[in-house]
Amino acid sequence: MKKGWISYPYILWMIIFTIVPLLLVMYYGFTKTENGTMVLTPDNFIRVMEPTYLKVLWRSVLLALVSTVVCFIIGYPVAMILAGRDISRKSTLVLLFVIPMWMNFLLRTYAWMTLLDRKGLINTLLGALGLPQLNLLYTDFAVILGMVYNFLPFMVLPIYSVLRKIDRSLIEAAEDLGSDTVTVFRKVIFPLSLPGVVSGITMVFMPAVTTFIISKLLGGSQYMLIGNLIEDQFMRVYDWNFGSAVSIIMMLLILLSMGVMARYDKEGTGGGLF
Amino acid sequence: MKKRIASFAVLLLAVAVILTACGSPGTGKGDGSEKVVLNVFNWGDYMCDTVLEAFEKEYPHIKVNYETYTTNEDMYVKIKTGGSAYDVAFPSDYMIKRMIDEGLVKEINMDNIPNYKYIDDQFKNLSYDPDNKYSVPYLWGTVGILYNKTMVTEPVDSWSILWDEKYKKQIIMSDSERDSIGVTLKMLGYSMNTKNIDELEEAKQKMIEQKPLVLAYLVDEAKDMMVAESAAMAVVWSGDALIAMGENENLAYAIPKEGTNYWFDCMVIPSTSKHQKEAEIFINFLCDPEMSLRNVDYIGYATPNTETMKMLDPEVITNSTAYPDLNQLENCEIFEYPGDEVNKIYNRIWTEVKAN
Amino acid sequence: MKKAFGRFYLVLIFAFLYAPVLTLIVFSFNDSRSRGNWGGFTLKWYSALFRDRHVLSSLYYTLSIALLSALIATVAGTAAAIGIHNMKKILKSFVMNLTYLPVISPDIVTGISLMILFVFVRLNLGFTTLLLAHITFNIPYVILSVLPKLKQLNKHMYEAALDLGAKPLYAFFRVILPEIMPGVVTGFLLAFTLSLDDFIISFFTTGSGVSTLSITIYSMARLGINPKINALSTLMFIVVLALLLIVNKRSSANSKNGTAVMNI
Repeated sequence: MKKGWISYPYILWMIIFTIVPLLLVMYYGFTKTENGTMVLTPDNFIRVMEPTYLKVLWRSVLLALVSTVVCFIIGYPVAMILAGRDISRKSTLVLLFVIPMWMNFLLRTYAWMTLLDRKGLINTLLGALGLPQLNLLYTDFAVILGMVYNFLPFMVLPIYSVLRKIDRSLIEAAEDLGSDTVTVFRKVIFPLSLPGVVSGITMVFMPAVTTFIISKLLGGSQYMLIGNLIEDQFMRVYDWNFGSAVSIIMMLLILLSMGVMARYDKEGTGGGLF
Repeated sequence: MKKRIASFAVLLLAVAVILTACGSPGTGKGDGSEKVVLNVFNWGDYMCDTVLEAFEKEYPHIKVNYETYTTNEDMYVKIKTGGSAYDVAFPSDYMIKRMIDEGLVKEINMDNIPNYKYIDDQFKNLSYDPDNKYSVPYLWGTVGILYNKTMVTEPVDSWSILWDEKYKKQIIMSDSERDSIGVTLKMLGYSMNTKNIDELEEAKQKMIEQKPLVLAYLVDEAKDMMVAESAAMAVVWSGDALIAMGENENLAYAIPKEGTNYWFDCMVIPSTSKHQKEAEIFINFLCDPEMSLRNVDYIGYATPNTETMKMLDPEVITNSTAYPDLNQLENCEIFEYPGDEVNKIYNRIWTEVKAN
Repeated sequence: MKKAFGRFYLVLIFAFLYAPVLTLIVFSFNDSRSRGNWGGFTLKWYSALFRDRHVLSSLYYTLSIALLSALIATVAGTAAAIGIHNMKKILKSFVMNLTYLPVISPDIVTGISLMILFVFVRLNLGFTTLLLAHITFNIPYVILSVLPKLKQLNKHMYEAALDLGAKPLYAFFRVILPEIMPGVVTGFLLAFTLSLDDFIISFFTTGSGVSTLSITIYSMARLGINPKINALSTLMFIVVLALLLIVNKRSSANSKNGTAVMNI
């Protein structure tokens, strides 16, 4: 079917609804309204470079990195266990693993609000055991916990799907050649799982660095991350110019990290969610 | 395979039929009757459900679509960016002035609001709407400190208690720009409406200093947190305090000696509204003493409606939390809109405080 | 030994994953509003939920937007995928990059850019803009689901059908479509799910009282802890669980066709 023209409406749609909006964002980012007219100015970007906002950027990246690392440390073993030899209940286990992920993202975050509160379940249990009460909600810990909880499946599933496809015979060959478990892991399994790891890291880091809901609900509005800053500028302050500039910086950040990740996964064989 | 597609298609069709049968809440198409949809945009937890139900019963040709916001600024942006169909909104004093200046609200035909006669005169002709052309008062109140008597040992009479190291992580500040900046300015002895950049800078520094002591910046969640005793004190609006105090006897409300903000929320009709007549009917309905009474009972704030006040429990009227004697409140100010340039400074300060 | 440790670890992880959900469910029956203490069993939050007109209307909007946008995106996306499949290299890679754009863009940027577009064109934010936004982010996923199936297609079948005298459209419906149908269905389900769960993009592109379930939950959560939300979560959890189980049962029966939603 040489009917390439069928996709032209789609291309038109994408241009209107994807390219044009992004161009508009760039337009707003590079302009400012002075006395009713739009003038070209780098002021917005200069403002982003102020220490206050650099702090925001740094905080977002830091929290996202920490969450990604925690997800990786917790998630890799899970992927390994799930991909392991116990085939009988594998698909049920994976299904069970995935179910919480299908629940509404906001509800999952809200759930932690109730658990972590000073008068919430965790503190009640601690109190019952005679342990001191902890201040968990509205802290760094709460935000990281929220991120890890929401994004863990995104780390586990890609690694799992890649691990599953590893040719068993490679592992057996290594073992036959006398390697112990650790070496087999280090030299065979882990390197082969790298595409999945890269995929997982990308799929966790990106939403982690751009989220604003988790920091707003679990952070008590005092953690301003890039996402919060952008939402704030657009929905409260109504300074679309500055907000657009910050959005552009965020996009650059994302593209940068994806570029870095791509170097580790040249063939693009990373496992996805499906 | 074909069976699967077929059954799936049938399922889809069934769902589509059910959905259309239920009828969409937003449109009155195919109803036969001409239902006008009134889009009401209000603060969270700011109207009793039964009032809306009563309204729809009395005016069956009007359907109310109810949406909420948490601060004036949120509302302003939503209306400005194209909440085209909002018919009634409830901004506060300074925001009303801003909206009038920017042409965002329509003049209300007061002839269509006969119940306006019940509004107490002291709430008319205020600075933000001197000729009473654009707004009808809804509720009023103050800003103060809601605190837990068992957790706070000393008398709460100054805003500076919110900067007390002793209450680290037990303090809730308001997530509302003007309120939190205003409180800080008052603590420093300045006006809540100052345009002095040095004073504002000082306030900013103070707020940044305060950050480690703050548990969270909340608006509506604050009263829940206080009732659950998760914090020792919070900056809240008077009505929220009243409701919270009703649910937990350990709570008390105080207006510090430096003075505070007293505010008025009024009903306005955004200029992009397409149903002015129905909006006016709605506004009039809310000024009905009975309806106003229901709202006041549910929300806790003070009413500007003289008839409603007569119907209230004498205990309530003398309750200083709900009905402070305005003449007795020293150093109390109404928020004013400082003009676009200075407003940008307020915005920037708030952003920088939060970002730090 | 290793197995036991592995099992134990898995149990911990599952406990971590399910604890919040289960707490929400249990506390939805709690007679008190407290988050830590049990006050007795009650169904009052469920009845309050069903009387909440805002929740019901957002449920309606959520479902209709999801259904409509998924349908439209599936049709448009399938057509687009077919077109793309037959494109020359250069054009193809340009279009594919275009397709990936919404996928890799953070939701917040997509949402904001669309909001800017709509306001710029003076389109009022409401049901229409919400629908447009959902279709926009759904189509790429449909394309990404259908393209692989097209690649697996035997090119000559279509030509054979034409040779046998079939009109192109007939050949399409009888030859190509059945072969790519698994991809189309996956694409549809994916689009439907993404639409249901979306919050950020909807948040920025809706207005005039049109609210989705996610947005309603967000505003309820900002008002404070409310057990009605718990009741809502329980119901949603049950529905999702049921759907997933049904889908997986059917896909394991059809696993050869690869019709599984999740190729587990």
